[in-house]
Amino acid sequence: MAVVEENPGYKWVGTRPIRPDGLEKVTGKAQFGADLMLPGMLFGKVVRSPHAHARIISIDTTAAEAMVGVKAVITGSDFPDLAANGAHPSEIDVANNTIAREKVLYEGHVVAAVAATTRDQAEAAAKAVEVTYEILPHVLTVDEAMADDAPLLHEGMITKGVDPAPEEASNVASKILHERGDLDQGFGEADAVVEREFTTKPVHQGYIEPHAAVADANSDGRAHIWCSSQGHFQMRAYSASVLGISPGMLKVTAAEIGGGFGGKTVIYLEPLAVRLSQRAGRPVKLVMDRDEVFRATGPTSGTRIKVKMGVSKDGKITAAEVWMAYEAGAYAGSPVGAAGMTAIACYDIPNFVVEGYDVVCNKPRVAAYRAPGAPMAAFAVESVLDELARDIGMDPIEIRLANAAVEGTQASYGPKFPRIGFVETLEAIKDHPNYTAELGPNQGRGIAAGFWFNAGMMSSATVHINENGTATVVTGSPDIGGSRQSMALMAAEELGIPYESIKAVVADTETVGFNDVTGGSRVTLATGAAVVDACRLIVEDLRARAAKTWDVELDQVEWVDGQAQHAEGAQPPLSLKDLAAKSGRTGGPISANASLNSRGVGAGFSTQLCDVEVDPETGVTRVVRYLTAQDAGRAISPDYVEGQMQGGVVQGIGWALSEEYIHDSDGVMENPGFLDYRIPVASDLPMIDCAIVEVPNPAHPYGVRGVGEVGIVPPMAAVGNAINDALDVRMTDLPMSPVKILEALNDQGD
Amino acid sequence: MKYVAPSSVEEATSLLSTSPSAQVFAGATDVVPQLRAGRPAPEVLVDLKKIEELVSVANDGDKWTVGAATPTANLTEDEAFSEEFPGLAEAAGLIGSDQIQNRSSLGGNLCNGSPAADSVPAMVVNGARAVVAGPNGTRVLDVAEVVTGPGQLALEADEFIVEFEIDRIPARTGDAYLRMIPRTEMDIAVVGAGARVTLAEDGSIEQAALALAAVAPTCVRVPDAEAALVGKTANDEILSAVAAAASEACDPIDDKRGTVAYRRQVAGVLAKRAVLIAIERAEQRNGTN
Ligand SMILES: Cc1cc2nc3c(=O)[nH]c(=O)nc-3n(C[C@H](O)[C@H](O)[C@H](O)COP(=O)(O)OP(=O)(O)OC[C@H]3O[C@@H](n4cnc5c(N)ncnc54)[C@H](O)[C@@H]3O)c2cc1C
Repeated sequence: MAVVEENPGYKWVGTRPIRPDGLEKVTGKAQFGADLMLPGMLFGKVVRSPHAHARIISIDTTAAEAMVGVKAVITGSDFPDLAANGAHPSEIDVANNTIAREKVLYEGHVVAAVAATTRDQAEAAAKAVEVTYEILPHVLTVDEAMADDAPLLHEGMITKGVDPAPEEASNVASKILHERGDLDQGFGEADAVVEREFTTKPVHQGYIEPHAAVADANSDGRAHIWCSSQGHFQMRAYSASVLGISPGMLKVTAAEIGGGFGGKTVIYLEPLAVRLSQRAGRPVKLVMDRDEVFRATGPTSGTRIKVKMGVSKDGKITAAEVWMAYEAGAYAGSPVGAAGMTAIACYDIPNFVVEGYDVVCNKPRVAAYRAPGAPMAAFAVESVLDELARDIGMDPIEIRLANAAVEGTQASYGPKFPRIGFVETLEAIKDHPNYTAELGPNQGRGIAAGFWFNAGMMSSATVHINENGTATVVTGSPDIGGSRQSMALMAAEELGIPYESIKAVVADTETVGFNDVTGGSRVTLATGAAVVDACRLIVEDLRARAAKTWDVELDQVEWVDGQAQHAEGAQPPLSLKDLAAKSGRTGGPISANASLNSRGVGAGFSTQLCDVEVDPETGVTRVVRYLTAQDAGRAISPDYVEGQMQGGVVQGIGWALSEEYIHDSDGVMENPGFLDYRIPVASDLPMIDCAIVEVPNPAHPYGVRGVGEVGIVPPMAAVGNAINDALDVRMTDLPMSPVKILEALNDQGD
Repeated sequence: MKYVAPSSVEEATSLLSTSPSAQVFAGATDVVPQLRAGRPAPEVLVDLKKIEELVSVANDGDKWTVGAATPTANLTEDEAFSEEFPGLAEAAGLIGSDQIQNRSSLGGNLCNGSPAADSVPAMVVNGARAVVAGPNGTRVLDVAEVVTGPGQLALEADEFIVEFEIDRIPARTGDAYLRMIPRTEMDIAVVGAGARVTLAEDGSIEQAALALAAVAPTCVRVPDAEAALVGKTANDEILSAVAAAASEACDPIDDKRGTVAYRRQVAGVLAKRAVLIAIERAEQRNGTN
């Protein structure tokens, strides 16, 4: 582990205790989204479009309603027409994606839902809902969607971000542009220029737990939702909007979550379950099958990206030109904006143009996926940089060091970087034995780097001191990456009591203050800061109680190692346990709340080193060695930090080598299961070696940066660069499957 | 849907004769996923695992007999069998995962009728025979004759496989099976190649068998490759001929798992490699068993 700044004597922060949720998870007690059973609960089933693009002519539910056990059938007309109510376009899109009104825009789009006494009855009833469609021509890729005569998904879509605004509607929702300097001059100064075009396919977050929701509606219009999500406050807001009610009418309880990676920041089932429950007068459970998860949730964008970059002989990047088009799926909102901001953010480049397009097509609406938008752009940029380094005969680490963004660099997307640790990640790779490990035949080594902003946003926390001096830390941030442990470790450090004396819990929307989603790698940063604030309020309160007990001024009392100490030692110390026992006589229960809008994010950088072995006769690539170096700011829980680093890499390796959405010519997904949607299995991977770099974020009390996302940014280029090193073939189309590698090798032989 | 578990072959055949839509199963690792995916359910599901001879691995000195419903884990864990037929044991050991192999059977792998079934080329090159029971007694078919097309069998609706017979391996003989999958496990063969070679005293190839999976509607033998090998000692030229013959024998499709061109090319590569492993094993098995 490359610790850049020494731990300043923390007792709990930076340790590796046993994970608090492990026991319940391995014994099967943990309650995930699909586990809840309520008395009288019905089972729901969703009816989905078999067509990629079609107009709904009619929906006949009579046969389904007449079936045994069926208690409710709903369609789009059971929900308010948000467009007619003048809602914001983004809210209208969420509603229409939840259940279609006039048109279905992708195979798997919801058209109706049923609830029945048993699962089998619900499935039979779903099949009995008769939908008549007028099939429309569809577009599946950015190329098809941007073609001149392309059929339109949304007849009124005028491209935003173009001046003057185009008069004709198109499938291009918006354009983004970042520019600096003079491109011609920059390329004029270059000694080597490389220009290449890359394509990537949509890939799914691949969380193991399918979406699930239970709703229990009351006759007064209120309802309780239990669901697995990355943010139950967000689920409440979206569901209320789709249902046309005030968020306060809904209570949402977060279930344990079996993976999200961004894909559970959006709603699919929740409003349907509420409406079914209202119609049936009984609780209703909806759980997706795996094929529904693939057909209708996630994924992230397929893309086409062109990159041209120039470098001088000494390795300085003189100019970069990036053009990119990202699939949004059925509704506007691909992560091309973030892609444009991150594409070249690792480097200090004087002249650049980054241009991007958000393009709708007849595939499921994309959802956030770990560092949304950044990985595809990095695949293109880092591949081109690798080629440039080869062209000028420079080491791939050195060329990155020559251009690396540092504190004070004007980021390509605008602001000046505060303290960042990119250079330190490059050096951590250079210092690691993997960097000089010997390569065997048909093996190659690749390097790539990545940037992600990390988010801040709003969080709340409540800390209760129990009567025996233990503590409960309450937040509203669903724990998808180990945040309960990190919260408890920071609280232990602040309060000075053992980690084991603290229980961190995730409370429902009526029990704790507002929390934004668990996304953007923000929870340890922002919710963690709220926990620290609340703990500090508690310590203030404890000191005041001790001062009162001793009848001294507050400044005479210090809080050290979990006890109040008199500054001059005139009184025997009062431990947290003593003070808790006396709380009734010193002002009542000891508890504090803190809410905040994060005081500053800490950008994340990752550099990765990948060794592959390619079978030149079959095109099969195996990753034989992998090292990831990432700036965590401060690793509160090193185990979980490494878990996040490794997880990002593994998903990136899948994206690089084997994961892709495959559609037939009708726009029907051909591989909606884990057999043919190939996420890596354990035996596909070597141990992912981790080098945690710690360059503290000045805006967090412990220096935390987010760690959940940037790890997925470099792998595709790292793998591609390694394949190129092994066989001298530049792969520009993801996934780099055996079929494509063998084709490239055959072409090379010709 | 009714579940029945007969305890004898006769009971099973009479159940099959009286219920036209009855279906036998062993590990159900194909049957259950197919039912879940919406395939019409049979009226009666006949569990073969309670019939003793269907779950056994035996060697009478002349031949091995493997019960058609025996979990493939029993086969791969049988040291004597695995030593004699390492290629067949490896093929059976590639099916799914440990969990799957505690249930999956050779009978199910064959009778599911998938061209990608891993154990089939390895059984075919070893000349395995299927003992088939029906209302009129038993008959014996070569394993290579059982599957006639994807999901199509040469068995009558009231017949099923009781056991497989495989003659003891001759001296100087080795078998091998290789498959290409994009992952390392939990996948379906894009190409599979089984080979068996018997060497003459002088080290030249006396007999050769090569069979391919996942490159045609059924498992295919490659007679041209076999002919190219017999009477020769393997060298680059002959192995190239083997690869070319294997590629030529393919009648593959383009699908989500691979292209025609890829399957053809890699069939040649795996054929060559499987033959080399078989030769190496044959060389090691110099004496008799
Ligand atoms: C996760 C997973 C991974 C898999 N991986 C592989 C793999 O890597 N390679 C591979 O080849 N397969 C694989 N399979 C498929 C399957 O496991 C194999 O085909 C297995 O050998 C089937 O055996 P079974 O006993 O479970 O068959 P069953 O499901 O019981 O039966 C399959 C078919 O054969 C018929 N049948 C069964 N026994 C007889 C008999 N004695 N006589 C006549 N008909 C019979 C049944 O009626 C049915 O049609 C995988 C399956 C799963 C679920």
